[in-house]
Amino acid sequence: MPEPLLQVNNLKMYFPVRSGILLRQAGWVKAVDDVSFNIYPGETLGLVGESGCGKSTIGKSIVRLLKPTGGSIQFNGQNIATISQRKMRPLRPHIQMVFQDPAESLNQRQSIGQIVAEPFVIHRMGTPAERREWVRGLLDRVGLPDSAIDRFPFEFSGGQRQRIGIARALTLNPSLIILDEPVSALDVSVQSQVLNLLLELQEERKLSYLFIAHDLAVVKHISDRVAVMYLGKIVEMSDAETIYQAPKHAYTKALLDAIPEPDPAKANTHQPLPGDVPSPINPPLGSAFGHRIQHPAYPETVGADLTPVEIEPGHWVAPDPCSLEPEDWDKLRQR
Amino acid sequence: MSEPLLEIKNLVTGFETESGLLKAVDGVSFTVPKGSCVGIVGESGCGKSVTAMSIVRLLPQPMGKILDGEILFQGRDLVQAKETDMHGIRGRHIGVIFQEPMTALNPVHSIGRQIGESLMLHRGLNAREARDAAIQLLQRVRIPAPEQRVDEFPHQLSGGMRQRVVIAIALACHPELIIADEPTTALDVTVQAQILSLLKDLQAEMGSSSILITHDLGVIAQSCDSVVVMYAGRVVEKAPVRELFANPRHAYTRGLLASIPQLSSVRKTKLPTIPGQVASIADFVPGCRFCQRQGVPAEELTERPPLVEVTPGHFVEACPRCANL
Repeated sequence: MPEPLLQVNNLKMYFPVRSGILLRQAGWVKAVDDVSFNIYPGETLGLVGESGCGKSTIGKSIVRLLKPTGGSIQFNGQNIATISQRKMRPLRPHIQMVFQDPAESLNQRQSIGQIVAEPFVIHRMGTPAERREWVRGLLDRVGLPDSAIDRFPFEFSGGQRQRIGIARALTLNPSLIILDEPVSALDVSVQSQVLNLLLELQEERKLSYLFIAHDLAVVKHISDRVAVMYLGKIVEMSDAETIYQAPKHAYTKALLDAIPEPDPAKANTHQPLPGDVPSPINPPLGSAFGHRIQHPAYPETVGADLTPVEIEPGHWVAPDPCSLEPEDWDKLRQR
Repeated sequence: MSEPLLEIKNLVTGFETESGLLKAVDGVSFTVPKGSCVGIVGESGCGKSVTAMSIVRLLPQPMGKILDGEILFQGRDLVQAKETDMHGIRGRHIGVIFQEPMTALNPVHSIGRQIGESLMLHRGLNAREARDAAIQLLQRVRIPAPEQRVDEFPHQLSGGMRQRVVIAIALACHPELIIADEPTTALDVTVQAQILSLLKDLQAEMGSSSILITHDLGVIAQSCDSVVVMYAGRVVEKAPVRELFANPRHAYTRGLLASIPQLSSVRKTKLPTIPGQVASIADFVPGCRFCQRQGVPAEELTERPPLVEVTPGHFVEACPRCANL
């Protein structure tokens, strides 16, 4: 196995909850709670889960838009979870981000040329003429016409704006790109164009992606490995084929069963999962998923360590009696 | 097939804007038979929501106007109906479920009051009776502890619960027709599955018909009896659901079906795409608009292709380049 490009260990991101007139701290939202994973050079790790499970918070911590509460993020031999913003700066070119909503993540008052060239300006690279030439090359690469350079974001459709966001992320030749729901705001025919572009760029530039999304079919298509999150924790992680063909965790299974198949001949007969994702403000003390499905084994999980363990080579799952088949649970318990 | 509950004939809806009159819906026809669910699918801006809002005459005023066509609901033309008559139809005979449950609900009224409103208006219940009826409705949409929830406010509920409340409001008066405009788009996939199965059960229980508007072909395949595919303000294909998925005839429908990544597709391969993008509404040609997307010069696209029936119940816009007749 090659050296990982990024190592996330026991990452914690808590936000204080304040209430009352004096805004006393009343508790913590544990948005990300003890999450560990690696990303290897040239691979895509898909991160899936429902809204509020903490997947975007992980992305933002890696680019240090948020300062993690605990844990470490190793990149290029440095722990970027704790270094200062000043020391982070030389590392920023290597880790870039593409946001979900291309309408809101582009400055409406800047031309496309200015938006895409801004990273060069910040990092003092090139002369204005050189920058313009580089921007032209990038726009061409993401499939935008030459004339785009002097136009403004409102003149473009959602798919084109997302291409602009991708061009901006590519400017400084990053090795890792965090893609936070990059296609969920797009129509299906445009979505496939953007996914194809991402796959081509990865191939050409040996990029690593952290692909955050809630659409499991899209995640499967683009990812090498997939991590499934539930309420701030990873519950299962494996290579993409295994997770879709032989999922171990009941939540992963429920997510897969819930996808409406675009084929009327394959009627979806699965009973929908009951309940909602619980609030991360006062999360259940034991297995959050066991609590949602009111599993009889839930009391056993209170206070238990539910950090994923390797059940088969490369296949990690939370040791949770509420969510595993009895034989898998026995296998883990005997260790 | 049973007699139609709703028949839309050649509907044209336009918006008066600074750049002139823009026809968002341009000659759309389809029928909703009694007891069935018709899906309308298409990409943003194709006119699917405008079609639905034309039926209940909730177009943005004063710009939105129905310019032509008929909307026959139980034999009566809603295009000609007086605004005061529409008050008696909306909520009572046609219920609407909107996409975004947070904006569809009023944040300063309790949910019981919002559900009871149409019952007091249409059924003449008093406040006490309406509250009891609201509790029963909350129970029907499977909200736990309805006696407590009835006095809560929208912000106290999760997204899925709010959508259940919106459904309870739409169904309060047992309407014959339910229009659901992207009812699950804002929801997570496991909650989407709950809401779709709830809608299906309630529709069967009450024997009502529905129109389900979505951009998700998976939702259509799992929930509808027939499908209308819209592109750039027009119907390009309509058929019973199995027939459409088995034998798509229009290049746009085929493109849509092919471009969705499926769990069974091979990872990290190129997805088929539909080249180009939808023309801006101001630039729509009179002829085939999918040809326009493919780069066929506008001079050649002067005549609108007719909608022809290729097999019983399966209609396709007969453009020689796009349709497989």
